[in-house]
Amino acid sequence: MADIAFLLLIFFLVATTMNVDTGLVRVLPPMPPENQKQEDIKVKERNLFLVLVSGSGNIMVGTPNNQEFTDLRQIKDRTKEFILNPMDDENLPEKTEKEIELADGSKWVYPESQGVVSLQTTLETDYQTYIMVQNELTRAFNEVRDEVSMQKFGKKFSELEKADRDAVSKAVPLKISEAEPRNIKK
Amino acid sequence: MAVMKKKGNKGLPPISTASLPDVIFMILFFFMVSTTMRDQELLVRYKLPEATEVQKLEKKSLASYIHIGQPSLAMQAQFGTAPKIQLNDSYRTTKDILDFIAAERDKLNEADRASMTVVLKADANTKMGIVTEVKQELRRANALKISYAASKSLGY
Repeated sequence: MADIAFLLLIFFLVATTMNVDTGLVRVLPPMPPENQKQEDIKVKERNLFLVLVSGSGNIMVGTPNNQEFTDLRQIKDRTKEFILNPMDDENLPEKTEKEIELADGSKWVYPESQGVVSLQTTLETDYQTYIMVQNELTRAFNEVRDEVSMQKFGKKFSELEKADRDAVSKAVPLKISEAEPRNIKK
Repeated sequence: MAVMKKKGNKGLPPISTASLPDVIFMILFFFMVSTTMRDQELLVRYKLPEATEVQKLEKKSLASYIHIGQPSLAMQAQFGTAPKIQLNDSYRTTKDILDFIAAERDKLNEADRASMTVVLKADANTKMGIVTEVKQELRRANALKISYAASKSLGY
């Protein structure tokens, strides 16, 4: 009996894996139809936050006209400031009131930020660096969501019911645009 | 005295193995429940990048995997060390991704097709060039839900 059990046990040890897949979830933008002319979507300068990652891992952030080198650790706070724009600064994104329907049928008006984070890499950028930057951006959005849900529901984002979580996700959408890397040769 | 002597002769009784099968079965059931079947053999080597904000994959059955990395040691003699893309059980190029996604989509129920997730398992040292090519191809294949596989770390 024990032999059979051992045999089965060893079979399962060999044939199965235990790891849980974890990762950063993203939704890619759909491909525009090929015959359609590519039009650059115009975004106001104050609504754009550029994050450039060079091939050697240097990071620059800022508005299209004013970028500066920065450290990986500062990206999160810069991004949070950009999304929240707490002082209604003229150089930071504008906000529009957005009506969001809650689970109990009531309406919730939240000043949604119009800001878009634009992440650009080169062909030589390391995947590790890219993931670390993506991670910092995700962390910034997650913290903003946590703060918003704390204010609105008195709970952390991850502890909310699904309907409430969707509402907060609508209030603070994950707006990360990824341009094709520069100097692409085709 | 005679009683004492008899006891000494007997020695330590052997450990009963009657419960051994039960114990082994318990371990077996633990493994059966907590693991999943290995579905494909890896032909590339990768060390996943690390991140803190990772999310668990919702449903493994809805995931398709794209592996990117150096060929595994046994394959390096034949294919060199330049990063390769593995789809199913062979090396492929970015051009095959369209067919691969179509085949993966066909495997799923119609209701599940919208929530199909492509898991990009790429080595931390891969260059973004190849990753971006794969991403463009995924956009073309209209497989828009992706997950950059990363292992959980505690931060800086």
